[in-house]
Amino acid sequence: MELAPETKAMLEDKAKRIRRHIVSMLAEAGSGHPGGSLSIADIVTALYFQVMRVDPARPDWEDRDRLVLSKGHACPVLYAALAERGFFPVEELMTLRKINSRLQGHPDMKKTPGVEMSTGSLGQGLAAANGMALAGKLDKKDYRVYVILGDGEIQEGMIWEAAMAAAHYKLDNLTAFLDFNGLQIDGPIREVMNPEPLAEKWAAFGWNVLTIDGHNFEEILAAVEKAKATRGKPTMIIAHTVKGKGVSFMENQVGWHGNAPSKEQAEQALAELA
Amino acid sequence: MTEKIATRDAYGKALAELGRTNPDIVVLDADLSKSTKTDVFAKEFPERFFDMGIAEANMIGTAAGLAAAGKIPFASTFAVFATGRAFDQVRNSVCYPRLNVKIAATHAGLTVGEDGASHQSVEDIALMRALPGMTVIVPADGVETRLAVQAAAAYKGPVYLRLGRPKVPVIFDDNYRFAIGKAALLREGQDVTIVACGYMVGEALAAAETLAGEGVEARVLNMSTIKPIDTEALVKAARETGALVTAEEHNIIGGLGSAVAEVLAEEYPVPIIRVGIRDTFGESGSPADLLKKYGLTAADIVEAARKAVAKK
Ligand SMILES: Cc1ncc(C[n+]2csc(CCOP(=O)(O)OP(=O)(O)O)c2C)c(N)n1
Ligand SMILES: [Mg+2]
Repeated sequence: MELAPETKAMLEDKAKRIRRHIVSMLAEAGSGHPGGSLSIADIVTALYFQVMRVDPARPDWEDRDRLVLSKGHACPVLYAALAERGFFPVEELMTLRKINSRLQGHPDMKKTPGVEMSTGSLGQGLAAANGMALAGKLDKKDYRVYVILGDGEIQEGMIWEAAMAAAHYKLDNLTAFLDFNGLQIDGPIREVMNPEPLAEKWAAFGWNVLTIDGHNFEEILAAVEKAKATRGKPTMIIAHTVKGKGVSFMENQVGWHGNAPSKEQAEQALAELA
Repeated sequence: MTEKIATRDAYGKALAELGRTNPDIVVLDADLSKSTKTDVFAKEFPERFFDMGIAEANMIGTAAGLAAAGKIPFASTFAVFATGRAFDQVRNSVCYPRLNVKIAATHAGLTVGEDGASHQSVEDIALMRALPGMTVIVPADGVETRLAVQAAAAYKGPVYLRLGRPKVPVIFDDNYRFAIGKAALLREGQDVTIVACGYMVGEALAAAETLAGEGVEARVLNMSTIKPIDTEALVKAARETGALVTAEEHNIIGGLGSAVAEVLAEEYPVPIIRVGIRDTFGESGSPADLLKKYGLTAADIVEAARKAVAKK
């Protein structure tokens, strides 16, 4: 898919700003999950700045598209995108994980405008997204539901229960992204508990499966368009990504799953993202 | 300065120790071995360690099968997931057939801190306590954790061990004798009894100190076994001090406070004030900020003790 140069530049600029926010927020909070936030920064940017029909002034607008961040620990990227999109002030990002903040360590739909589902307990987001997609069909609404899953997260059995249900109910208004960064906490997914082959599994469960480079905006947007055009099936977009993408010392490092950068590390990261 | 050690750290060490003397010990984890500290065992005994990935229900079900085949499995993950995600496996595959599975869950309660409510179990004691045949142990410090791990391994039947994330002061010395079902008397007193478990034991001792300054002599009981609870120690405390305060890092519904109230309502009714989380979920914040906001400090125990004494 050809992207207009100004669109591409806008998306690249937004993604960089979002990555910078992630680094700053986590350094300020002193804890949190940089790796899995950075790996989906481009996907989340594409969704909020090109794909999804949302209105920051009306976070509860009935006809809005919805994103369920099933891998809830990556919420810094969601908060950064929502702030950049205008759901709340960018300055508020610095309250992440602090007492009385609207920005919880894992997404809380009752506290944060724009957050569609409370997540953090891995494995539950796909079922919730199914429910939203089913409601959309019942209400004859044309909104679309997006969900982002971790590649370790799909080891949870209920992901496969939900996968079966989404195909059974022909939820073609549902599009899932699988953040295929190859790492979980205890190590590479292949060594801990191999969920592969991925494309074959999702296809066998009745999904339309697409495989892309999750850091390439043309591929992300083309896949979303293909998903929209697909009838009678949910779509799974398997996105090859790099955990920690954009910060050299975090890339592909399992140790950066759930550790915040120090002040010095954050400075180096921000310099790389300048 | 008193030495501080997290109960999860003591668990990791004790488990490896146990592995050296007992070849039947096997360990399962669900992608959190660095946090639950089962990685210590995994490094030493890789062939007896099974990382099940992010699949807690499967982990508990597998532990049940290992136990049925004669092994002594210790299964670890965060308390919310061990007791929540895998509840039905704990109920139907472990407790119902009374299999010899040890569930050692870490990161219990609000002191999980910044990860927030999704990761802070406020209900795990209640869930595990309601299961027929389940033994529930909440060690107060590193010393007691080590002894509780050994006792759990020696005991035949399901055990739930509730462990914490933060470093906590060491309370017991090497002379301490731990027994499942026995409360430990930490401080003598005749005016009121504070019954505490886990993290709150340190706060209870500090509260007793403050109360002594006001002329109120508080007895402090460490009730590490919540089930089966030490009825004898509770009745004695009720008879001799006439009022009780319970203190736990858990919902006041279903946990230690409930267990104590249940026993004394039937055996020796006296005023009881429960200090704990007041039927709400937690939130993100530092452990210190959270304990203050949710009323789990020594000062809260002092206030509760004054109220309990006034009701006598
Ligand atoms: C049910 C459940 N079990 C365990 C955890 C702890 N946990 C948080 S993140 C994580 C690893 C996630 O790996 P993956 O899905 O690959 O995420 P990513 O690599 O995108 O960060 C685990 C085990 C959790 N949040 N929920
Ligand atoms: Mg991953």
